[in-house]
Amino acid sequence: MRKHFSAHIEQIIEESDDIVFVTGDLGYNALENLGLKLGDRFINAGVAEQNMVGIAAGMASQGYRVICYSIAPFIVYRCLEQIRNDVCFHNMPVYLIGNGGGYGYGIMGSSHHAIEDIGTLSGLPNMRCFVPAFIEDMKACLDEMFAQRAPAYFRLGLGKNMPDYLALQNFGAATSANAAAQLTIIAQSPVANNVVAALKEHTYKNKVELFIVNKMPLKGLPDGITASITRTQKVLTVEEHISIGGLGSAVSLLVNENSLPVNKFISLHAEGYPTGLYGSQSYHQQISGLDEENISRIINSYF
Amino acid sequence: MSDYPDMEHKKLQGKLRIKILELHHKANSGHIGCSLSCIDIMISILKFKETEDTFILSKGHAATALYTILNETGEIPDEVMNTFYKNDTTLPAHPAPLKYKAIPFATGSLGHGLPLAVGIAKAKKLKSATGISYVLMSDGETNEGTSWEGGHFAVANKLDNLLVFIDKNRLQGFGNTADILGDTASAKVWEAIGFDVIEVDGHSISAMLEAKKNMIENKNGKPKMIIANTVKGKGIAYMENKMEWHYLPMNEVQYKEAVNKIEIDYDV
Repeated sequence: MRKHFSAHIEQIIEESDDIVFVTGDLGYNALENLGLKLGDRFINAGVAEQNMVGIAAGMASQGYRVICYSIAPFIVYRCLEQIRNDVCFHNMPVYLIGNGGGYGYGIMGSSHHAIEDIGTLSGLPNMRCFVPAFIEDMKACLDEMFAQRAPAYFRLGLGKNMPDYLALQNFGAATSANAAAQLTIIAQSPVANNVVAALKEHTYKNKVELFIVNKMPLKGLPDGITASITRTQKVLTVEEHISIGGLGSAVSLLVNENSLPVNKFISLHAEGYPTGLYGSQSYHQQISGLDEENISRIINSYF
Repeated sequence: MSDYPDMEHKKLQGKLRIKILELHHKANSGHIGCSLSCIDIMISILKFKETEDTFILSKGHAATALYTILNETGEIPDEVMNTFYKNDTTLPAHPAPLKYKAIPFATGSLGHGLPLAVGIAKAKKLKSATGISYVLMSDGETNEGTSWEGGHFAVANKLDNLLVFIDKNRLQGFGNTADILGDTASAKVWEAIGFDVIEVDGHSISAMLEAKKNMIENKNGKPKMIIANTVKGKGIAYMENKMEWHYLPMNEVQYKEAVNKIEIDYDV
């Protein structure tokens, strides 16, 4: 997905002269082409994320759209006050690209994971968080991010191609409406690939409606999701993010605010590091119950 | 002989000091000493600013000095000044975002202004635009790590259109700067990382204007810094060099004494 991301950004940049790309000393074997194309509008700000976001806001105030690139946790946590005060309070077009996100950096360890990023950022004023799941919705998210001169965070995970039965929507993607559906699944980030895998040969595949939500904060339930939940009265949310401030809690609040009739609601989410042990991204997904097998088991429990 | 004899500015320095005192007295608010220490620096920047120049007050707690000079230059109307510190105001104790063109960035948390000003200077270079990116920091503020991140970036990117003023009053939140982390606003330190540095009397407008002129004209690829040696609470004997006047409001007697003293000394 990173190569598709880089190629798509290159294309966008070729069409505009008001974009500056700032990296926090990262991008080996990924951003070289971009650097060549952008010339002096490609800036390595060094290992100094607070300053990177501060200068980005300063440049944005002079008419530039500024991309800041780093590994997800480094672009979110160290410089949170710069994001809040300098970027968000002033509604500056600074686009934070967080590579990895979730348990994406696997065995690199917890310092390199970002499982609280959406909760941390999505409540900030003017902030738009993009969390694409597949290559196709990533491109749509990028186009939307660049179209608006406002702050954004883009969690860049390792997505695959979107399955045929999903169609892009303004909130992400969705299966077509299904009158026979008995379960509404709402997923976010590339962990949605595990849901797709779980559904592939599933007995109940035709009784499930799947929605991908790739933008946060979730300010209201999309009509399709409201209709689906009203029909199925059963909800499963899946996200590679902690429960607090994530997709499941947002959906839960909206379901209650809209008095939707739900009789079963399960949230599968990142559980942190409950065993105190470390491994690959799929290892951590499994510990949190976000692996294909457990998702399949949970789906079964609804029928 | 300077182009700008201080006598010419004395009345303005006094007038704005009295306005600052009035604002704080009406609001019964603190942060008086820090505004009095840097009002002369702000006069030397904002009263003599070119249209394409930008200014960021990084030490946002000196907001009354900023509001007062912007009132003087016509950016903030008198009727708005009367709302300072009250509910429904656009003039809180630290500058608010997106309210006045002359306040491009809200500040209040220290260590933000330098990277912002560095970003503005960098953008000007990218666009081959003219104008100076000014930022005013406090000496205590240079404790913040972003000073060094932003400083090195400015040097590496040859931002000679950046001019940093340091309000060096040698006091910070809870003690003397020398006793806390040492002198992080030392000329030697900033010169060592690649800045052009001049030290001046931060209450002499003529000295600062001359330093400013020299700095701006020197297009040698090095970012600029003017260390303005100041006195916290300058002009009012009972406040001068007293840390508590970072926080205290004035009572009626203190207010009258302060205004009288300024009226006499500054010939207002």
